[in-house]
Amino acid sequence: MHPQNRDAGEIADLYGLLAEFDTAEGLLAAAERAREEGFRRMDAYTPMPIEGLAEAVALGKTTVEKLVFVAGLLGATGGFMLCWWMTVVAYPHNVAGRPLNSWPAYIPITFESMVLIACLTALIGMLMLNGMPQPYHPVFNVKEFERASIDRFFLCIEARDPRFDREATREFLEGLNPLEVMEVEK
Amino acid sequence: MTAADPVDTQLGQWQRWALMAGIAGVLLAIAGYLLNGWTQFLRSYLFAFLFWTGMGLGCLAILLLHHTVGGKWGMMIRRMCEAGARMVPLMLVLFIPVLVSLPVLYSWDRPEALHDPIIQGKAAYLNAPFMIARTVLYFLVWGFYAWRLSRWSGEQDRTGDASLIGKMRGASAPGLVLFTFVTTFAFFDWIMALEPHWFSTVYGAMFLIGQVLESFAFTIALVIVLGTREPFSRYLTKQHLHDLGNMMFAFMVLWAYLSFSQFLIIWAGNLPDENPWYLRRFRGGWGWVALTIVVFNFATPFVLLLMRGVKRNAQRLLAVCCLMLVIRIVDVYWIVEPSFYEQKLVVHWLDFVMPVAVGGLWLAGFFWQLRSRPLLPLRDERLQGAPRETVAF
Repeated sequence: MHPQNRDAGEIADLYGLLAEFDTAEGLLAAAERAREEGFRRMDAYTPMPIEGLAEAVALGKTTVEKLVFVAGLLGATGGFMLCWWMTVVAYPHNVAGRPLNSWPAYIPITFESMVLIACLTALIGMLMLNGMPQPYHPVFNVKEFERASIDRFFLCIEARDPRFDREATREFLEGLNPLEVMEVEK
Repeated sequence: MTAADPVDTQLGQWQRWALMAGIAGVLLAIAGYLLNGWTQFLRSYLFAFLFWTGMGLGCLAILLLHHTVGGKWGMMIRRMCEAGARMVPLMLVLFIPVLVSLPVLYSWDRPEALHDPIIQGKAAYLNAPFMIARTVLYFLVWGFYAWRLSRWSGEQDRTGDASLIGKMRGASAPGLVLFTFVTTFAFFDWIMALEPHWFSTVYGAMFLIGQVLESFAFTIALVIVLGTREPFSRYLTKQHLHDLGNMMFAFMVLWAYLSFSQFLIIWAGNLPDENPWYLRRFRGGWGWVALTIVVFNFATPFVLLLMRGVKRNAQRLLAVCCLMLVIRIVDVYWIVEPSFYEQKLVVHWLDFVMPVAVGGLWLAGFFWQLRSRPLLPLRDERLQGAPRETVAF
């Protein structure tokens, strides 16, 4: 096989470069450096949430919040209209001489359905936008990665990042004081 | 703390300004008494007294809650809550004008109440000696917890003893129950009894949560204003503001929930012994005040505080706190003042003077108390918690 082709073939098999850190601070500093360097397609893997990490590795604003806002409005409107339709249109009933459209009684249902629909959207939207369910993920090909759920902190710069370069990115990561830098196969 | 400390100098300046405003307010209030009489004086005074005493009670409630459940959010505002809580027992002095003229405000203490069968049915509870005794008891309970927790906190400053955290928690958990019980009755006695025919069991909790809300707004605003200076600048993070904003949001929704549930139950029942309270507060112009409260104490902060960008930005959060403080005064006014008038919106100029008079004195005392201790509990090990210990994303 032609050397250049083999190179291209290997890049195609490469998911990204994984750097292992033994402290949360080390990982956070590395992620911030990587962001400053211009990398965008990266992810961090840690045993517990770390403040500031999401901002450092995220692509930008998530769409979940917009989805939740719209869902909340729809839920509130839907809940209100459901009550209105039942008491005014479908089953008009005189309760103690009150008008059919007795809106104060609708408020609890309106609020509850707003919260319900917004929460369901937040949960399902978050999972779907994260690409869940995902039975296979390349990072598990690295043996050391199992400690991501125990006591180690990982930063993975993915090969699909436009700035990714097998050698230069490895050098960059090694400059961030990791324990080790590993290649992740697809 | 040395005299050259710039934060202390600043707080001292605020203390002097508050005292001057308070004294000016008191002089104006005395002029108001001479011009308009004792009745109007007391009507305006009661509402201002309740707003500012409530500020201290809200601080005590936050303090008890924080010691019970822990959490990093409370470390920034703890010293302010302690200072506010220590102001509560002093407010008993300011309640004396009300206690010596109960018949002026409370119709159950007037001669005509003797011919009112409903009030006569409550006479075993609603009588002047018992009311005064209860009031003293409330202040004793509040004063005890303010004193006890402040003392332990001061001991922590000197010794750094880690077992004090457990002691404060042990006292605060039952204290929170006792506090809520006692404060509920205080608001029954001081405000609900203004309309002695009417009753609502959720009333005490509703008013108390409103006071906690104003205390959150006040202490968060103070943290933000002092946030760029020592010692806050060394510890204050965006995450603290986010957590405090969330707490304010939670109490705001709880306040709305309690207020609305009282309204919904009375509206659904629509019985003549229950609905006059709302008729007084919806008719003759008061309805617009009620609508303003719904819009600015619930709807507006609800939308604003949902946004991360507001809670994590000091200046925006400060603006929400200021809005909250202003609308809290309006809400206390709307709850207290309609009791005195038959479905007619009446605003007297003393209603503007009194919050300044009482507030000036309260704030002067508050800053005096705040300056007596370091502004952060520096030897509480939880202050130093690493950022990664906070999980609220």
